[in-house]
This record gives sequence, C-alpha cells and structure tokens, in this order.
Amino acid sequence: MHAEDKLTYETWPAEPEKSTLEAKNKFLGFWFFLGGETVLFASLFATYLALKDKVPDSTHTLAKDLYDLPLTFVATMLLLTSSLTSVYAMYHMKNFNAKKMNLWLVLTLLLGLAFLGLEIYEFNHYVHEYHHTFRSSAFGSAFYTLVGFHGAHVAFGLLWITTLIIRNTKRGLDLYNAPKFYVASLYWHFIDVVWVFIFTVVYLMGMVG
Amino acid sequence: MSTYAQKKGFGATIWDYLTTVDHKKIAILYLIAGGLFFVVGGLEAVFIRIQLAVPNNDFVSAGLFNEIITMHGTTMIFLAAMPLVFAFMNAVMPLQIGARDVAFPFVNALGFWLFFFGGVFLNLSWFFDGAPDAGWTSYASLAMASKGHGVDFYVLGLQISGLGTLIGGINFLVTIINMRAPGMTYMRMPLFTWTTFVTSALILFAFPPLTVGLVLMMFDRMFGSNFFVTTMGGNTVIWEHLFWIFGHPEVYILILPAFGIFSEIFPIFSRKRLFGYSSMVFATVLIGFLGFMVWAHHMFTTGLGPVANAIFAVATMAIGVPTGIKIFNWLLTIWGGSVKFTTPMHWALAFIPSFLAGGVTGVMLAAAAADYQYHDTYFVVAHFHYVIVGGVVFAIFAGTHLYWPKMFGTMLSETLGKITFWLFFIGFHMTFFIQHFLGLWGMPRRVFTYLPGQGFETSNLISSIGAAFMSLAVIVLLYNIIMTSVKNVKVGNDPWGDGRTLEWSLPSPPPFYNFKQLPLVRGLDAYWLEKMDGKKGMTPAEPLGDIHMPNSSILPFVIAFGLFVAAFGALFNMDDKAWSVPVLIIGLLITFGAMFLRSVKDDHGFHIHKEELIDDEDKGVKA
Repeated sequence: MHAEDKLTYETWPAEPEKSTLEAKNKFLGFWFFLGGETVLFASLFATYLALKDKVPDSTHTLAKDLYDLPLTFVATMLLLTSSLTSVYAMYHMKNFNAKKMNLWLVLTLLLGLAFLGLEIYEFNHYVHEYHHTFRSSAFGSAFYTLVGFHGAHVAFGLLWITTLIIRNTKRGLDLYNAPKFYVASLYWHFIDVVWVFIFTVVYLMGMVG
Repeated sequence: MSTYAQKKGFGATIWDYLTTVDHKKIAILYLIAGGLFFVVGGLEAVFIRIQLAVPNNDFVSAGLFNEIITMHGTTMIFLAAMPLVFAFMNAVMPLQIGARDVAFPFVNALGFWLFFFGGVFLNLSWFFDGAPDAGWTSYASLAMASKGHGVDFYVLGLQISGLGTLIGGINFLVTIINMRAPGMTYMRMPLFTWTTFVTSALILFAFPPLTVGLVLMMFDRMFGSNFFVTTMGGNTVIWEHLFWIFGHPEVYILILPAFGIFSEIFPIFSRKRLFGYSSMVFATVLIGFLGFMVWAHHMFTTGLGPVANAIFAVATMAIGVPTGIKIFNWLLTIWGGSVKFTTPMHWALAFIPSFLAGGVTGVMLAAAAADYQYHDTYFVVAHFHYVIVGGVVFAIFAGTHLYWPKMFGTMLSETLGKITFWLFFIGFHMTFFIQHFLGLWGMPRRVFTYLPGQGFETSNLISSIGAAFMSLAVIVLLYNIIMTSVKNVKVGNDPWGDGRTLEWSLPSPPPFYNFKQLPLVRGLDAYWLEKMDGKKGMTPAEPLGDIHMPNSSILPFVIAFGLFVAAFGALFNMDDKAWSVPVLIIGLLITFGAMFLRSVKDDHGFHIHKEELIDDEDKGVKA
C-alpha cells in the first residue's frame, strides 16, 4: 500500500499505523525515541533522588510538609483518564472513523489541559505559600526540573495533537496521517507512564519520608 | 530524466548540498565538516605540544592553555571523530544492507545540520571572550567557577550537536531493522553494519544522560538553579556520574565503528572471509552491553568507596575478553590469506599492535588501587590516545582511503597514502609512547608548563617532534586529496578488485537511488558469493519498477539554524543584554516554525519511473 492511496472503510487495513514502509519506520523510530526519553527521565529521577530534601538550612520546607496528596491524586486521575480517551481515539482511527477519533482526541486535550492547569496552580502554591522555588535550594531546582520537564512534555503533546486535528479535519484519515495520530497517542501514553513514576517517586515517597 | 547528469553551476551545487536528504551527499557533508574540525583540533594539539616542548615555555599563557586543551578534547571527540565515523556510516551502511536510503532521510539531514551548527557555535567561543576552559569533561566544581562565557558555549554547543547525534542514531537503528534487502538476514550483515547497529543503540541510551547533565549545568549557570552549588544543597558528583554514564559508552560509540571498518578491510585484503563472524557479532554486542556497566572507573578517586570501585574494576577488566576475541579473529583472518599491502591494509595492520597497547594500559588503569597512582598523570593521556588515535583515527584514515573511490568515484594515490601512513604511524608512537613514562615519572596532565631538572625535558621534546610528523602526514593526505580530485580518474564498481559486500556491486559513486532493483542476498559477503559463482553482479530480487524517493528540503538547515540563533540569546541573557531575549525568541520561532511547516505540509516524495531507469542504464548516467 502507498501513503497516497484513497481508502474506504472496506479497504482500510487492520493496522493502518504500520501498513506502508514509511509508517513502519515511523512506528519503530518512535519507539526508539521513547527509549531515549526513558533514559532522559531516568537521569532526572536519579538527580531528584540525590537532591531530595537537600536544602541550605532548616528554614526551608522539606518534601513531607510540602506535598498535597489530594491535589496530586486529582491530577493523576485526570491524566490517567486522558490516556484512556486516547485509546478510544485510536480505536476509532482503526475503524476509519475520523469524526469520532477527533471527538475523543479533543476530550484527551481537555483532560491534559486540566492536568496542566492543576500543575501550574500547584507550582504557584509552593512558590507563594512555602517559598519553595527553582532557585531557593538544590531540592527546589531538582523538583521543578523533573516535574517541569514532564509538564513541558504535556504542553508539547497538547500542541502536537491540536496541530494534528486541525491539519487533518478536512483531509480525513489516510495512510499518511494515520501513523502520525498513532505515534502521538503513543507519546501521550508515555507521558502518562512517566507521571505514574513521578506520582510514586516524588509524591508518595515524599510523604513517607 | 537525464537532468541529473547535467553540469551544475557552483550556486546550484551549494543549494543542492544545503537541501539534500541523500545519505551519500550527507556522508560527504559529514566528511568535509568533520575533516575541518579535525584540522582545527589538530592545530590545537600542535599548540599544546609547542607549549610543552621545553620547560618554562611561554608560547601560550596558562589560561589560554586551559582553553586549548579543553577545545582540543571537545573538538576531537564531538566534532571530528564522531562526524567522521558518521560519514562512513552514512556512505556505506545503506549500501551494505541493500537499501535505497536511510529510514528518515529528512531526519538524517537535520542530524547533520544540528551537529554542524552546534560545532560552529562551540568554536565561535574563541571570538567571544574566550573558549571553554574546564576540560572536555567540564567537571562541575571547575566549570561553575569558570569566568566568562566559555563553559556556556560548551553547554549550548554540545546540546545542539548532541541532539543531531541522537536522531542520527535512531535513524540508523530503524534503517537496519526495517530496510534490509531480501535475503539480508541479521547474521548475513557485514560487520560494519553490525557495529553501526550496536553503536546506534549506544547513542540512543548514552546521549540522554549527557543532555540532562548539560541542561542542569545550563540551568545553574544561566538561570540560577543550584544543582551543583554545594552551599545550597547541590552536589557536583551528580555531573560526574551523568557525564561518565554518557562518556564511557561514548568511547565505544567511537571505537565500535572503527572495529567495523577494520573488519571490512582484513577480509578484503587478505582475500579470505572474516574469521569467526558470529563470534565477532557476539563480541560487538557484548562490548556494547558492558560499555554501560563501567562508567565509574573514571571516578575511582572520587571516593565512591572500595565496594563500588571493586565492582567497576572487575566489570572493566571483563571488557578485555570480547575485545581479545576480536583481536584474535582479525589475526586469524590474515593467517593463511593472500595479503595485499594496500594503504587501508597498512592502517589495519598497524592498528592491531597500537590498539592492543592501549587496551593493555586500559586493564592496568582498571585496577582501582593502582589507578590512584596513574590518575591525572600523562599515563592516562598516553592510554586514551593509544585507543582513540590508534583505534579510531587509524580507522578513519583507513576508511578514507578504502571508501574514497565509492564516495567520489576516484582512487586516492597509493604512494602518497603510504607516505601518510608511515609519517603518521611513526609520529603517533613517538608522541604518545614516551608519555606513558612521563606519567609514571609523575608528570600530571593538564599542566601548562613544567620546571627544568625534573627529568621531563627530553621526553617532552621527543613527544613534540612526534606531533610534527603527524601534522606532516595530514598535510600529505590533504595534498593527496587535492591531486586526485584534480586528476579525477574515474574507477569502476569494485576498484580494489576484491570487494566482498554489496556496496562494491554498485557504480562508484552509486546513482542517487542506489539500487535500480533491490539485490537478492544469498549469504554473508553477498557480492563475493556472486563473483565466485562467475556472475558479474547481483541477482535482482524484484522486477524493474518505479522507485519512490524523498524530496529535498531546506527545512533541516532552517531548524538547526534557529537553534543556533536561540543559543546566542540564551547565552547573552546572563549579561542582561536588552537584545538577548528577543534573539532567543526569534531563534526558537524559526526552529518551531520550520518544524510546524514540516508537519502541516504534505510531502509524499516523488517516483522515478521505470522508463527513466532504463534510460539511465543506456546512458550510463551517474548521480
């Protein structure tokens, strides 16, 4: 099959995300990219663990007094749900239903946006209530870098998926853009997985000391 | 479409190279840019040796000396050795597996331009109050205290060029997995393809820690964070770990492709198949795996404790085993072969004892207790120059002579090639052999001068004279390149006469679509097999048909250029210059704008039609 082929519901392949050579390459290349991203976040996690609670003096707030579990729980639920909605979007992509795919993708975007809003609120809260800033201590630098890198990934994902939706509204689905939607959803799952680790390593482990 | 054969004007050629996505042209770009940086790094090495030729020399000041050694190391590793290795990977690997291009031609071009602009940015530091001066390892405790913008150039320049390397690695991995010709199973891949494969995997997992390390240092120096500020709870050892988790795999990223090139040369010029092919593959993968387990052997004296030191010492020594397997396999490939002493074979034969010497001192350094004596002395300098020059640089010289006809369609002069070899070989051992002893006698590395009467004078002078021989060798090579380019005597498919792998079944240089029909691969050394069966070329695996090719694009250049502009904004933001933030924003807009354009534009590439391919055959057109 070729990327330019005009397809119908009947001729749409079972795995549109890897039915051309370009698509297969994109699919595999993106998995490798995520492998590299994993090492990137692993390095940030290691840095965070090494610098957790490392502050210049006792006036600084430490992890266990800082984190607010109910808020992070809500954020976690939002992001996990957005992963589910992106799965539905891919289900409709595989069934050649561009309209429903877009609908679920927009839902994914809204959930992601809500997550980002909560994160901004959280950062703002720490800065103003606890004077826990990027420059106040090594702990602060490590915290904002790790969680902020994840937040930046979410923001990039939002822009990416928005661009994809706008670009392809008129075009509909074809074998050229199906892999693009697919790797965007892979990316979205990846940032979800990273968040699960952040929730565990930063927030849960932060609460127990 | 015989327009490809028309003579192009100078401007059109430049535009062609700025927009190319063809792996063969990108290889040439890597070769030129890497060669240029190799000369720059070489000049810096010459300045180092002039300064150290006699005691109490004042050829350069202490501060300038620090900048020169930093830039020598950084340039040679990141901007010379890596791109030159990438040049051969790009030129040869797709041909060896029977592919028409790499998996992501656009990304391939982007990778080159990122490397190029990162390298240019780093070297521009010379013209803005000083180059980086904290050593190529840029340890945080030193780098944070460095005045001026040198270290900032290091951080941003390496970040940009590192991105280019990373996407290049992903590209090669996907290419090798997805784009092999029919019959090209993994265990039929030429060794150079195998080493490219393992190297790319190392790049994928080794570069992100460097990215993070550089980000942390950038944040500390430019945005006031405290990762490495101990009074604020920071810890400089984090940099050492991140740097060496990258840095140790990096030396295998350099040496594995070198092994690959030599594993091609030995069978070709011994006219015998590679001895122990499967054990060579196994050893390559094992070296790649162990390469990630040994980073702390650079940190024996940091104080990680005896347990950590012992573990990393043993892991390091273990690497000697697969490397030893390789050495014996090469020796047994030559054994009983009908050896032709060509220029590439000279380099290959000289590589074995030279690299072995570096390997043996490596095992000495791996003994953690003894390392407390060797650490930070010229013994270490001698060791890593023996492995990197004796391994990687020898391979680059060998590869240049071996693949020059395939890349440019004309042979380098064998006589001049052998003169280059002997000058360099003698100069190399003269420069670095004596440095083992200088180190054992107590001369520390990275010192800008030394006093008379300590027994260092004669040895340093000998070492400096050796450097002159190596410089002469490079000049002879450049002369060789110019002379052969001027003469431009065209050669056929298999100029060495004994090519074994697919690239030698193609015209030199190959047409831009590489294979008119994908070849059918019947075993290891695919082309050699066909020759032995009395055939002239490969049996095609498909009927002649349309070929799908990617379009050229200027966007890779623009994306990389945007980051180059943005880096200036980020760097001068520290000085509170009013123009810095707008420059940063404009740069990022250029980059993301170009990326956006790339995303929304339909780019399906084009097809070369069957009839044009038949035409090409009649006219003997070359790309």
